[in-house]
Formats: sequence, structure tokens, C-alpha cells
Amino acid sequence: MGLQPYLLLAACLFAIGLFGVLTRRNAIGILLGIELMLNAVNVNLVAFARYAADPAGLIFALFTISITVAEVALGLAIVILIFRVRRTVEADRLDLLKG
Amino acid sequence: MSLEAAGFWGLALVLLASSLAVVLSKNLFHSVLYLALALVATAGVFLLLHAEFLAAVQILLYAGGVITIVVFAIVVTERLVGERLNQTNRGVAAGGLVSLAVLIAIGLFVMRAPLPHAAPPVAGDLTEAIGRNLLTRYVLPFELLAVVFLAALLGALFFARKEE
Repeated sequence: MGLQPYLLLAACLFAIGLFGVLTRRNAIGILLGIELMLNAVNVNLVAFARYAADPAGLIFALFTISITVAEVALGLAIVILIFRVRRTVEADRLDLLKG
Repeated sequence: MSLEAAGFWGLALVLLASSLAVVLSKNLFHSVLYLALALVATAGVFLLLHAEFLAAVQILLYAGGVITIVVFAIVVTERLVGERLNQTNRGVAAGGLVSLAVLIAIGLFVMRAPLPHAAPPVAGDLTEAIGRNLLTRYVLPFELLAVVFLAALLGALFFARKEE
């Protein structure tokens, strides 16, 4: 088994996540898409670490996972805050910056 | 077909199907459950790549932690009964086009690149290698990560606190 199938799988995952980020209306749905994209990056990092026999890739993946968790916690805190102020989490209706 | 290849294609199928369900499902709650499935399948891919420690971290942090917070946020921001949980996609054609273009660009790049066709043998205990590297060569990023967590914790508390 070569490295190529893993990279192609990660590319597919990344594209699916991007599709979710671009098309979802709900802010939480957009966050789920970002999760998928970051997950694809982890697959790439671990696959490269395995095929280059270098643990650095594993450590980078560990950092990505940890930072993603912090990012999700903050992102959802912001979503909850927005919901309290605007009573909606639909990204289309969050147009505070529109003049 | 070797056992690794069979496992990989099986996991890839589950992973892609559940990822598609995450972005296409009409029910936000179902989306999160499919995301949990996708993250567990990713942990399976990590196991195939002999990254047992990362598979455990993936399940603990992602499938355990992230899913729990997302479900909590959904419960806070939506009424669990009724029509509010439904969500639709907008600009499906444009979004699909952009995603497909990105996929094709990455795919062409991966196809052309000279990539190894067989993995080298696993050298020793990878978990031990992670631990040693984390506390020697990568100790500075490791400590900075603690600062990031502290900042995220304070930020989340600041955002989510009750108005005085």
C-alpha cells in the first residue's frame, strides 16, 4: 500500500469539509465543516509521518488536534454569545457589519 | 488484496460516506452524530498507520470532547423539538464547484508527485518516540500549547459568562 491513497482520501475529506463550510447556513454547521477539514490535515500528517519514518509528523498532528479542540470551544462560545444577542445562529442573518 | 488494503478501503468508504452525511444532512443533530462516526473512522485510519497513541487521542479529544461541546451548543441555541433543528444548504452549485476544483487541484498534485509505494518497517515504539520528542526537541511548542489552552479557557469563560 502506497502513500498515494491516503493523500487522496485526505484530499476528498478536505473538499467535503470545504463544501460544508461554503454551503451551510447554520454557524454550528460551518464549524462542523471546519472540523472535517482539520481532520483531513491530520490524516495527511500521520500518513507522511508513517511513510517518512519520522515521529515529527505525529507530534504536529498532536498539536493540530489540541489546538482544534481549543478552537472549537472558543468558536462555540462565540456562537452561544451571538445567539444570546441576536436570537439566531444563521450565518446569513448575522449581518451586523452591513451598513 | 492485503489486510491493510482491505481495512483502508473499508474505512475510506465509511469515512467518505459519513463526511458527506455531515455536510448534507438536513438535521443538525444527525450531522454531529455522523461527525462522531467520521472521527472514529479517522482513528481507525491512524491505527492502520501504526499511530496507536494518536488514535487514542483522537477518540478521547475529538469523539469525546468536541462532540460533547457541539451537542451542548446545539441544545443551547436550538429548540430540540420542532422545525428549528432543520438546516438547509445555500449556493450548493457554487460551493460544489469550488470544492471540486480544490479536490482536482490537490488530486493532480498528488498523482504527479513521486510518492513511496511501500511503508518502511515500524522503527521501535512510536508512542515512546512521541513522548521523548515532545519533551526534548519540541518542548517549547509544547509549553506554548499550555498557554494557548489557558487563553482559550479564559476566552471561552469571558464569552459565555452571564451579563452582570
